[in-house]
Amino acid sequence: MKNVKTTLASVVAVAALGLSAQASAGTTLDAVTKKGFVQCGVSDGLPGFSYTDSRGAYRGIDVDVCRGVAAALFGDANKVRFTPLTAKERFTALQSGEVDILSRNTTWTSSRDSGMGLNFTGVTYYDGQGFLVSKKLGVKSAKELDGAAVCIQAGTTTELNLSDYFRANGMKYTPITYDKSDETVKALEAGRCDVLTSDQSQLYAQRIKLANPDGYVVLPEVISKEPLGPVVRQGDDEWFNIVRWTLFAQVNAEELGVTSANVEELAKNSKNPDVRRLLGAEGEYGKDLRMPKDWAVKLIKQIGNYGEMFERNVGKGSELKIERGLNALWNNGGLQYAPPVR
Amino acid sequence: MSTHVFKPDLPPPTLSVGVLGWLRANLFSNWLNSLLTVVALYLIWLIVPPVLSWTLFDATWSGSTRADCSAGGACWVFIQNRFAQFMYGFYPPELRWRVDLTVLLAVAGAVPLFVRAMPKKWVYAIAYLLVYPWLAFWLMYGGMGLEVVETSQWGGLMLTLVIAVVGIAGAMPLGILLALGRRSHMPAVRVICVTFIEFWRGVPLITVLFMSSVMLPLFLPEQVSIDKLLRALIAVTLFEAAYIAEVVRGGLQAIPKGQYEAAGALGLGYWRMMGLVILPQALKLVIPGIVNTFIALFKDTSLVIIIGLFDLFNSIHQATVDPEWLGFAIEGYVFAALVYWIFCFGMSRYSMRLERRLHTGHKR
Repeated sequence: MKNVKTTLASVVAVAALGLSAQASAGTTLDAVTKKGFVQCGVSDGLPGFSYTDSRGAYRGIDVDVCRGVAAALFGDANKVRFTPLTAKERFTALQSGEVDILSRNTTWTSSRDSGMGLNFTGVTYYDGQGFLVSKKLGVKSAKELDGAAVCIQAGTTTELNLSDYFRANGMKYTPITYDKSDETVKALEAGRCDVLTSDQSQLYAQRIKLANPDGYVVLPEVISKEPLGPVVRQGDDEWFNIVRWTLFAQVNAEELGVTSANVEELAKNSKNPDVRRLLGAEGEYGKDLRMPKDWAVKLIKQIGNYGEMFERNVGKGSELKIERGLNALWNNGGLQYAPPVR
Repeated sequence: MSTHVFKPDLPPPTLSVGVLGWLRANLFSNWLNSLLTVVALYLIWLIVPPVLSWTLFDATWSGSTRADCSAGGACWVFIQNRFAQFMYGFYPPELRWRVDLTVLLAVAGAVPLFVRAMPKKWVYAIAYLLVYPWLAFWLMYGGMGLEVVETSQWGGLMLTLVIAVVGIAGAMPLGILLALGRRSHMPAVRVICVTFIEFWRGVPLITVLFMSSVMLPLFLPEQVSIDKLLRALIAVTLFEAAYIAEVVRGGLQAIPKGQYEAAGALGLGYWRMMGLVILPQALKLVIPGIVNTFIALFKDTSLVIIIGLFDLFNSIHQATVDPEWLGFAIEGYVFAALVYWIFCFGMSRYSMRLERRLHTGHKR
């Protein structure tokens, strides 16, 4: 009774506060420095991207993005706290300031970038829809899939992409839809369908679930664009730059051959001006970002360059064994490219 | 005179006694029953052996990695590997004794409540309810000399129990008050209670949790955030209170008017009438309904998965996406089902015992 009135009163008060808070948003960097850690929104569970290991530590490529920012800012990759977010919660959590970075396999699209008060800082993983087939089928390209029975998870954009792709190439197919991705795997294994389609990063995870993973192969074609990257709030360019250049530094480091093993040595002795500028031995590039001079050294030392981060979480160093593909460096046939430090 | 000697009784036909007789009477009494029996046996033969061989005979019980699980049956190694996480979530391993102690204190403290001969049980119960929650919070969360463990690190069965116990302990008194309020003669009180109950009963729990997690932060100023677990606890408590209120109201309505009048004639005021005469009878009547609600609540705690809390179910779900253990989701879910079943079955048995002991006087 009394409770209800108090609740109503507080809701009104809270709403009023909310309005005034919109007008005076402090800088994220100041808030993060003050509290001493980065609050990072991650997925509630996606193999290779964010998951918890048996000791309860967060791992994955999305997780490492946030650890990277913490390493660059504080020199300690552990000064980060994680908030697991569901797909529906994620943007609100970022908009409301619950998290400082959203690193949760989120596809960069125009509507999200422009319509939601968010900014994507870069692309940590170029994903896209692909096909998983049995090697016994002897198919080398998706173009040979005319007449195939395709297993697919219902109610996702993958269904639409699939129909577009087959129509554009004048091929026929029989869709077999399931509610859960695990069911599609079972169906492929049981021979109910010839092909399984999903985002490529998922296909590799699903392949592990098969009794004989080596008997199946992911076809090279990618039929949709799903660039995944970290997201920050719009209107705070300082923070945006920090998150963006953390990733750029990792990509540049890979291009220049800087790894977690040799970074400290190179920071002292390298003659290469690009390396010297990246690692803070020359110039004041960290200061412009309001970060420590040796931020990139700490970052590469603790997280590694982009290639190391990739291989450790989703590539050869993990169970997933995803090929670099689109995520190779630009001079190696991929799309990963970072502007130079100078 | 010759005496007539009766011949000894013939034994009954072999088909009507013993195992055969039982089978004939119960399983094959006519062609329809025979057919159903055969079909049922076939179904059992179809289902039970594979299930048993998967869960027990072909299962892998020891090992440390997925490579050890090649027997084709269930891989219980996965459960063993993650067992601590399923129980405690991310609670720091070196501090887990605090959770154990909390549970131990709860059990030890509750034992006197079940001793029938204990004097002044009410006084003890109230003291227990007033002291224990603070003690439990202090032990689990920390502060005042203990290292603080943020609620974001709570998880597993521990979190499930925290939500269920707080929900039950909070919803019960609130629900009783709401039920009384709904039957009150004061219009303002009645309207408020009816509105409250109908509002919370009218929305699904998943929506309530979602609103508390997604909408609430938008109203709060930036950088101010209410603990996620606290939000879930409040949501669950208010939600379940509305259901308890309706269950209790059912009991109140079953008490004949004469009881109210008799209590009034004895000169009892409202609270004493309710506390001494009406509620003891009404609550006894609705034990099945109350326990039903609590069991539903216990299972509903798994809905906190949508606001990213790692309860038992979500911890298991998390473990199934670890690349090192991909493909063992079924084992995880079977384990979850087993744990939920143990708790729910326990609650159900306890309620049956309670009903028998209180002997409601409405037995058939």
